[in-house]
Amino acid sequence: MSESAHAWLNIAGILFAVLALSALLIWLERRLIGLWQDRYGPNRVGPFGLLQVVADMIKIFAKEDWVPPFADKAVFVLAPAVIVLVTLMAFAVVPIAPGIGVADMNIGLLFFLAMSSLSVYSVVLAGWASNNKYALLGGMRAAAQMLSYEVFMGLSLMGIVMLAGSFNLREVVESQRDGWYVVPQFIGFVVFVIAGIAETRRLPFDLPEAEAELVAGFHTEYSGLKFGLFFVGEYIGLILISAMIVTLFFGGWLGDGLPPLAWFCLKTFAFICFFILLRAALPRPRYDQLMDYGWKAMLPLVLLNLAVTGAVVLAGRMPP
Amino acid sequence: MDNRFPICQELCRQFGEAPFIFQDTRDDFPTVWVDPGQALDVLRYLKSGVERPYRMLYDLSAIDERLRKHRPAVPQGDFTLAYHLLSFERNEDIRIKVALTESSKMPSATGIWPAANWYEREAWDMFGIEFAGHPHLRRILMPPTWQGHPLRKDHPARATEMGPFTLPVAKERAEQEALRFHPEEWGMTRSSDSTDFMFLNMGPNHPSVHGVFRIALELDGEEIVDAVPDIGYHHRGAEKMAERQTWHTYIPYTDRIDYLGGVMNNLPYVLAVEKLAGIEVPERVKTIRVMLAELFRIASHLVFYGTMAQDVGALSPVFFMFTDRERVFDIVEAVCGGRMHPEWFRIGGVAQDLPRGWDGLVREFLDYLPPRLDEYDKLVMQNAIFKGRTQGVGCYGTEEAIEWGVTGAGLRATGMDWDFRKKRPYSGYEQFEFDIPIGRRGDCYDRCAVRVEEMRQSLRIVRQCLENMPAGPYKADHPLTTPPLKERTMHDIETLIAHFLGVSWGPVIPPGEAFVGIEATKGSNGYTLISDGSTAPYRVRIRTPSFPHLQMIPLLSRGAMVPDLVAILGSIDFVMADVDR
Repeated sequence: MSESAHAWLNIAGILFAVLALSALLIWLERRLIGLWQDRYGPNRVGPFGLLQVVADMIKIFAKEDWVPPFADKAVFVLAPAVIVLVTLMAFAVVPIAPGIGVADMNIGLLFFLAMSSLSVYSVVLAGWASNNKYALLGGMRAAAQMLSYEVFMGLSLMGIVMLAGSFNLREVVESQRDGWYVVPQFIGFVVFVIAGIAETRRLPFDLPEAEAELVAGFHTEYSGLKFGLFFVGEYIGLILISAMIVTLFFGGWLGDGLPPLAWFCLKTFAFICFFILLRAALPRPRYDQLMDYGWKAMLPLVLLNLAVTGAVVLAGRMPP
Repeated sequence: MDNRFPICQELCRQFGEAPFIFQDTRDDFPTVWVDPGQALDVLRYLKSGVERPYRMLYDLSAIDERLRKHRPAVPQGDFTLAYHLLSFERNEDIRIKVALTESSKMPSATGIWPAANWYEREAWDMFGIEFAGHPHLRRILMPPTWQGHPLRKDHPARATEMGPFTLPVAKERAEQEALRFHPEEWGMTRSSDSTDFMFLNMGPNHPSVHGVFRIALELDGEEIVDAVPDIGYHHRGAEKMAERQTWHTYIPYTDRIDYLGGVMNNLPYVLAVEKLAGIEVPERVKTIRVMLAELFRIASHLVFYGTMAQDVGALSPVFFMFTDRERVFDIVEAVCGGRMHPEWFRIGGVAQDLPRGWDGLVREFLDYLPPRLDEYDKLVMQNAIFKGRTQGVGCYGTEEAIEWGVTGAGLRATGMDWDFRKKRPYSGYEQFEFDIPIGRRGDCYDRCAVRVEEMRQSLRIVRQCLENMPAGPYKADHPLTTPPLKERTMHDIETLIAHFLGVSWGPVIPPGEAFVGIEATKGSNGYTLISDGSTAPYRVRIRTPSFPHLQMIPLLSRGAMVPDLVAILGSIDFVMADVDR
């Protein structure tokens, strides 16, 4: 197989897999939450309700594509596309298994951080362009929340960069052959998980949406396919964060007995379920509490982690 | 002068005997008529001058006297205003009445009790009584465009009396325009020196306003500068409907006042009718009523618990608690046939005896719920995020609560152990052993904690009902018991005629006035009934707890953030049907 054919196959395969998975996740989340909430969830359409997703998709495609007359039309239409686009772009650098993955960049980690930061634009623009007070409040919350959590997200990964000595994600995975980074970088792991939920705007960090307070927050005015894109974007984000946790802290595809791809998928799936469980289990903090928590607890913690990791790495390199 | 009550002598000592006329009612507290000009002085004296004062304005409403046939020897007017005050120190009420003509104005009592604000607006809306010096005397329950005052006797009670309803486009626009919020009318400014305010309409359709309830918010960022609650979207004219129903057929309407309380709503109504009619019910009836009422208290608190958790963002608890509520409904269904609105209590008894096997169902539930409640403590009450969202949010003290007419868990959360079941036992509550949980800080968390503990106490009461259910009839042997006992109807003509009349026309309740207030699910629910010696009530006044509770919202939300308001709304535990009636 020629090199370019291999690359195209990779791109098409991963794109298809991610989109299909994110659709399937809708079903999975509803079934799992149903299980935890003493009810069934969708179980009527197809075996185990699996075709519910198809039915939902048909419904969403058939909905009127409506833009409120008071909205800023161009931005309103653009906003949902941005989130899907940037999260899919970020997937390009995820090293799924040896030979599977779109791009192998030296600055893979930075690329991931850059792309996931861009997704905030989608939410802020949607909130602004809707010209709706609830959406505006949601957009403002999103801007503040995601910008502050961005800071710790980046810093929480610098410990790994020091240990691995590289920004290349494949090298990060390879350097975990002797042990997963979750052990030496446990604080980094915890902070990254928290920042990751904040990035994907899922409970308990779903303040931009906060249906009890802001009706539907930034996407109050969205319906049909455009709303569907936000939905899919959220699930792609969820897969992305789970995949990154596995890559950075749990040895990526590394593991005995099973093929690398299976290991990667299994680990990622476990984290996806964990995120869904969080949504079923926790209430939502208040906006100012969230910011307090971020700047007063997480930032000092992650800086401490950085200093200690740096000291340890430096001590290890010093000539005896 | 009425010598049964020391307050009457105290009033006469202060003001002289001349201005007062004491009316004889079927209540256990005095009703005193005062001249309109002197009423505010008397009220002020009762609130702060007298020893062991009447600090709470429990209720304030009016009566249209123009069609009254049996008028007691009291000042005659077209309308009567009744101020119902409550003294915690005396554990006694007093009713101050004022006779008004159609054209006379009444000075507003808002300067004495802030809680008088909404009550006076309601009296104006419903009867057209004007209050001089009221800050915002405008419609509260009816739409702003409404013509007439519905509770006046000359206002039609049925749509069929009013001509066909049409809604042309122009009228629809005008109605919608009338709902527009104008901040200036409420003394708000659109900007301050440093910032422009945002005005946000929360409701009438919003996920966390628990029904059709609207609050106009003045926001600085996400901080609430001021709030104006707007109620009346759930108004069905329950008090008006009472005047065209028989005493018996009104019972189903009471179920729908606090629609989570079920038979708890029947209780104050039938107790008040029984007081008017002089019916003593058998012990078994009392115990059945207490058991069902406590089961409904649990059901209502479970809904509160779940929705409160949902309001602060937890998705799952509400499913667990609604499942548990189904267990309560299983029992209710087995006993009554109905679920949310069983309409089960009757004048002088209950509709039927308990079915065979009821005890097994109740026992099963008593064993089922406590471990679940313990689990919810971990899930909700001990959760750090939940605590962060509710502790120190929406605080008020006992003084404030009394000033604003707060009863129920909202009052007990401030540290006052006032429960009508203990302080003024009704329906045999004096025979039960249970505790009154109280809070300390009066914040959202304490209100929640009080209700959670109340569920455990209710379980205790239900268990005592189960173990000590007295034998005996389920209806009082009294001519006004409705529907009457049927054993002898086919044996002698007199009983047959009495039964026929009681069932077809309904009972004729002797003329008089009686009030009964109980500790309902959301606070104190009271019915003031006036009978004019007919098959229908002359006036039914329903004092609901949620009405004054909502009036406090601006006070609680100033300076808070939008999510705090959501927590406050959840912790008040109201249903709009209970507010608007």
